Amino acid sequence: MNTLLNKKKEPIDKLAAASGRSLGGEAIRRMLRSPVAITGGIITGLFLIVAIFAPLLEPKDPDVHYLGDQIRPNFIPGAQSGFPLGVDDFGRDFLSRLIAGAQQTLIVGVLATIVGVLIGVIIGGLAGAFGGWVDTVLMRLVDVMLSFPSLLLAISIAALFAQPSQWTVILAVSMIGVPIFARLLRGSMLSQRDADHVLAARSLGVKRGAIVFRHMLPNSLGPVIVQATLTLATSILEAAALSFLGLGDPDPSRAEWGLMLGKASHQFLDVRPELAYYPAIAIIIVALGFTLVGESLREALDPKNRR
Amino acid sequence: MLRFLVRRLLQAIPTLFILSILVFAWLRSLPGGPAAALLGDKATPEKIANLNHVLGLDQPIFVQYFGFLGRALTGDFGNSLVSTQPVMGEIVTFLPATIELGMTAMIIAIVIGIPAGYLSARYRGGPVDNVVIVLSLIGVAVPVFFLGYMMQDILAAPLGLPSQGRQAAGLDATAITNFAILDGIMTSEWDAVWDAIKHLILPACALATIPLAVITRITRASVLDVLNEDFIRTANSKGLTQQVVRTRHVLRNGLLPVVTTIGLQTGALLGGAVLTERVFNFRGLGFLLAEGIERRDYPRLQALLLFGAVVYVLVNMLVDISYGIIDPRVRVR
Repeated sequence: MNTLLNKKKEPIDKLAAASGRSLGGEAIRRMLRSPVAITGGIITGLFLIVAIFAPLLEPKDPDVHYLGDQIRPNFIPGAQSGFPLGVDDFGRDFLSRLIAGAQQTLIVGVLATIVGVLIGVIIGGLAGAFGGWVDTVLMRLVDVMLSFPSLLLAISIAALFAQPSQWTVILAVSMIGVPIFARLLRGSMLSQRDADHVLAARSLGVKRGAIVFRHMLPNSLGPVIVQATLTLATSILEAAALSFLGLGDPDPSRAEWGLMLGKASHQFLDVRPELAYYPAIAIIIVALGFTLVGESLREALDPKNRR
Repeated sequence: MLRFLVRRLLQAIPTLFILSILVFAWLRSLPGGPAAALLGDKATPEKIANLNHVLGLDQPIFVQYFGFLGRALTGDFGNSLVSTQPVMGEIVTFLPATIELGMTAMIIAIVIGIPAGYLSARYRGGPVDNVVIVLSLIGVAVPVFFLGYMMQDILAAPLGLPSQGRQAAGLDATAITNFAILDGIMTSEWDAVWDAIKHLILPACALATIPLAVITRITRASVLDVLNEDFIRTANSKGLTQQVVRTRHVLRNGLLPVVTTIGLQTGALLGGAVLTERVFNFRGLGFLLAEGIERRDYPRLQALLLFGAVVYVLVNMLVDISYGIIDPRVRVR
C-alpha cells in the first residue's frame, strides 16, 4: 500500500519541482486558462460589484411608490420611460429593486454560508481532532442532520419561528450546509492525523492545539472553500424556495431576489409575469456563476489534474 | 452477506432513534409551546392549560417522549388542524400521488442522465461533453418552482398537457389504491390511465431536473475515473472488443457511485416535491406539506417531517444494501 502511494506521489512531486510552482499557484494559473472559470469569475465579479455599490447604481429610490395611483388589483403598469423594467405591485421602480436585491441576496447567501461553514467546521474539526467518543457522538448528530432531505431541514427550522424574518431564513438555509462541512472537515482532518507533516510536527514537540490550528486546519481549507462557493449558490436557491413556501421575510420593503420571485410567482404571473422572470433570471445567472467558480476551483485544486 | 445485511439494518436504528427525539423536541420548542401552536388562533390560557392536560404535556418529559414514540410507532400523529382528520390517514391518502410523481421523475432522470453522462465522458472535451456539462450546470441553478411555472406557461398549451391537479375534471375514475395509473390498469379504464400520465408529465419533468443534472455529472465523473484504471488498459490490451470493455468493465464499475447518488437524490425529490406539487396543485404529500406551512398546521408538519426523514433513511439503507450486492468489496468494510 505504502509503495503504491509513493509511486503515485513521485511524478507529482517531480512535476511540481520541475514547474517550480506551488499547488495554489498552479491552480490560479490553470483557472486563468479555463473558459469555465473565466465565465464564472466575470459573473460573480459583476454580481459582487452591483451588490456592493447597489445604492450608487440604483437609478431611482427602490422604496418610493412612484406609480402607485395607476395600480389596480389586476393591473400593474409595464415598462415605460423612466422605468425600463416597469414597476412592482407598490409602484416601485423594478430595476432599482433588482439592484438593491443583489445586495440583499448576497447578504443572505454569504451569511447563510458563513454560519454553515462555522458550525460545520467546529463540529467536524472537533470530531477530527479528538476522535474517539467525541467523533462518534458528533458524527451521529451529523448523520441525523443528513437524514433530513435538505429543503425539509430548512423548512423545519424556518417553521419554528412564529415571525419569519431575514434572520430565520439565513439560519434555516445555513443548517443545510452544516453536516456537509462537518463531514468534509472531519474526513480531511482524519486523513491528516497520520500524515507525514503532522507526524513531523508532533515529533518536534509541537502542542496539539498548534498542530490542529497551524497544520491540519489550513491544509483542509481547500475543499471547504470549494464547497462554500457551491453552497453560496444553493443557499440563494433554497432561500428562494423558502420564500415561495411563505417562510420568507414578510417585510414588504425588503428587496431580495428570492422574495421577489416567490411573491411574483404566487401573485402576479397572470398580471405581469416579468416581475417573476427578472428575479428568476438574476438568480439563475448568479447561482450559475458561483457554481462555475466552485467547480473550476475544485478541478484546479485537484492534484490529479496537474500537468 | 447476511452479516452485512444485519449490520446495516442495525446501523439505521440509532439514527432513527435520534431522529424521533429531534422531531419530538421540534414540536416542543415552538413559540409559546406546542399547545399554543396546536390551537393556533383559537388559543386562550384556559384552553392551553386544558389541552396541555389532555395531551399529557404536564407530565415529565420522558413520559411524554415515550408516549410520543409509542403513538408514532402505531401511526398516531394526532389530527390535522386544517382538515381535522387524523394526519396518518392524510398521509396514506396522499402518499401514492407523491410516489407516482417521484418515481416518474427519477425514471426520467436515470434514463436520460446515465446515457448523457456516459457519452459525455466517452467524448470528453468534445461538443457533446460541453453541451452536457453546461446543461447540467444550468439544471441545478434554476429554482424548481419557477421552472414549474415556466412549463405551465409555455409548454402546457402547445403540447396539450394539463397544468393543474392529478385528474381531469369530470373524469370518473375508480380509486382503489390511489395510484392513478395502477387503478386505471386494474379497472381497464384506459382513458383514466392516459389522463393520469398526461397529468404527470410536466410536474415530473420539473421535479426531475435536479436529480437529472446530478446523476449526469456523477456518471460522467465516475466513468472518467474508471477509464483511467489499470484494468481497462489490461482489458483493452488483451484484445477484448470495445463492446465488451465498455459494457462489462467501464459501465459496471462506473455505475457504482451512481447507485449511491440515486439514493441521495431521493432527498432532493422529497424537497422538490413540496415545490412542484404546490405549483401544479398536484395533491400529494408535498402539497400537504406546503399547505401545512401556509396554515401553520404543526401536527401535520411534524408527521410529514418525520415521515420524510424516515423514508430518506430507509431508501439510503436499501441503496447501501444493493450496493453490497453489486460490489462485494463493500460488504467487508
